[in-house]
Amino acid sequence: MSEEKLIQEFQKAEDVLFNGHQYRITVGVSTCSLAKGADKVLEKTKEEIVKRGIDANVVRVGCNGMCYSEVNLEIIKRDGSWAVYSYLTPDKVPNVLDAFFSGSSEYVFAFRRKMGTLKGEEQVPYLTEIPFYGKQTRRILELVGIIDPLNISEYEAFGGYDGLKSALSKTPDEVIDIVKKSMLRGRGGAGFSTGLKWTFVKNASGNEKYVICNADEGDPGAFMNRLTAEGNPHSIVEGHAIAGYAVGASKGYIFVRAEKPLMAEMLSKAIEQARSKGYLGKNIFGTSFSYDIEVILSAGAFVCGEETALIAAIEGNRAMPRPRPPYPATKGLFGKPTLVNNVETLAHVSYLFRKGLENFISVGSEKSKGTKVFCLAGNVQCPGAAEVPLGTSLRTLIFDIGGGVPKGRRFKAVQTGGPSGGCIPEAYLDYALDYETLASIGSIMGSGGLVVLDNTSCIVDVARYFLTFTSAESCGQCVPCRIGLQKMLEIMDKIVQGDGTENDLFLLESWARKVADSSLCALGQTAPNPILTTLKYFREEYEEHVRDKKCRANKCLKLVLKARLPKK
Amino acid sequence: MLTKEEIEGLIEKYGNKRSSLIRIMQEIQKKAGYLPKEDLAVLSQQINIPLSKIYGIATFYHQFRLKPFGKHVIQVCHGTACHVKGNDVLWDFLREKLKLRGSEDTTDDLLFTVQKARCFGACSMAPVIKIDNEIYGNMTKEKIEEILKKYS
Repeated sequence: MSEEKLIQEFQKAEDVLFNGHQYRITVGVSTCSLAKGADKVLEKTKEEIVKRGIDANVVRVGCNGMCYSEVNLEIIKRDGSWAVYSYLTPDKVPNVLDAFFSGSSEYVFAFRRKMGTLKGEEQVPYLTEIPFYGKQTRRILELVGIIDPLNISEYEAFGGYDGLKSALSKTPDEVIDIVKKSMLRGRGGAGFSTGLKWTFVKNASGNEKYVICNADEGDPGAFMNRLTAEGNPHSIVEGHAIAGYAVGASKGYIFVRAEKPLMAEMLSKAIEQARSKGYLGKNIFGTSFSYDIEVILSAGAFVCGEETALIAAIEGNRAMPRPRPPYPATKGLFGKPTLVNNVETLAHVSYLFRKGLENFISVGSEKSKGTKVFCLAGNVQCPGAAEVPLGTSLRTLIFDIGGGVPKGRRFKAVQTGGPSGGCIPEAYLDYALDYETLASIGSIMGSGGLVVLDNTSCIVDVARYFLTFTSAESCGQCVPCRIGLQKMLEIMDKIVQGDGTENDLFLLESWARKVADSSLCALGQTAPNPILTTLKYFREEYEEHVRDKKCRANKCLKLVLKARLPKK
Repeated sequence: MLTKEEIEGLIEKYGNKRSSLIRIMQEIQKKAGYLPKEDLAVLSQQINIPLSKIYGIATFYHQFRLKPFGKHVIQVCHGTACHVKGNDVLWDFLREKLKLRGSEDTTDDLLFTVQKARCFGACSMAPVIKIDNEIYGNMTKEKIEEILKKYS
């Protein structure tokens, strides 16, 4: 949604959003901003407002994705200016309030709406002129950072749950047809057609069916699901219920990762509110459709992101994947047909039904419509989460939106798709971010985490890091993954310690191919990707390590030290 | 350790079925701080699942622990972004500071337990550590030293 449209819709919702007050002040609070003291900024703001007798509705909202400029605070005057403040700490709050309420635009980071009422407004840019924000196409993030995630009325004021209402007025087949036409594909990584998956579950025989929302966001470097769930959990609940209706399920689950408890808390509270409003429970919107959702907190295992492992975990077993077929669509949770969709996929479903098909397919690439949220982290100037149309180039995302690598450093590679993805060198930066293109250069879309590496990162060290991760997270069930990754890690250890030989590179590659070809589940099949892509695109760095005993980034300390010792 | 009645209460709350097992174990750990062997034995009898299977679950998932935690749990994020930003230096520093040797993860006075954590999703603040429920971002050795003082 464009910024103009957002402000228009905001105006329509003002009665709810201002709740009888003259001003609305929002503070972005989520896991990342909490680390910068967002809760303290919120508290301080509430205190100061009371002290000054300002008639304001102070609201806790989610993080708008601009993690680099946290803590973010916004002051909105009813029918007046809308100022955004960034990089805040509790002690800066009084200054900000003093300035705004004395009619000055000092300290303002950007404006969403200017009314010419504050002194110096014209010197401050609009938020849309800030590249990180302005170059995005915000859809599932449109209300994240705007609404109170735990106040269902605010979501409703923006048309929340209208999507569910509209879906329930159609037959399940019509609903699935719309999803098919939207060309929505799973946002969890594999990119399977969502409509097709829904058809399989709907057509599977059996009266009892389940829908599971996979919120086991385990890729290091990916936090878009957390951000969405913490900032607008209702959009996920709404998409969940639409999916349940379409496939004929009456019970749903959300499986949340152990390390992200705030996300589970927000989702649980949203579900309770939806129940109290009749969006979940018996006879939703007076139809015969009944549906309820339960949140399950994982006990922690990366492999739970794999759908059959996730199902095993909910059933109370060790999370070990099993061979497919049978796919969960025919034989899933408790042996019943089960639909497993990612958090972001379900959030897109609610967007699709709230805004309509035409709006949905207006952006995206030929084979993948809509947007995707990417998380920028690592050596990038503006880390955060940004939503862009599928097919946007890596360069746009990293340099235009993310601001590129820190000053004085050189871009080296971008790691996409977490431990299952690959490292992409500069030569491919103009390639489009979509499922096919990324696969063609040896990486994957994955969950959409992008970790940027510059000349201070050693590519061999990073590749080894991913192996320590995947070998520790292997469930240990199938031999190629359990033994193979261990063997590969041993070779990498040799290389970073300065004991590697050129033959080791050959061995490493051969192991990598075997593990990729013969592992049971996606964890093992994709775990060699970081090794294979770095061997392909950065072979000379490996060769320097084994032949010249040199690490250009000076990261592999043992090797560097050994090379400096006098030869015996 | 929980009483037999407490464990029975948990089974009643979540249902005497396999799919409740992990949740009951999570509750036991929440109350006792770890999974005491005696509690697992009682659970095994009451829910009718062999102790060996329960042990299998307890050792599979990261969250479960068979030994008591220290009073404060320090988790050092080992996600990609934190790795790139040098969390290994922090990890070594922290362990050295707390005089932890070999495979020890808890200080002798049971004040601190140090763990490696998978990504918290606060990557923009890397490197990140979490002490109990508090997340600290953009960490350095100096900051760790400062923060530890608050807890000891």
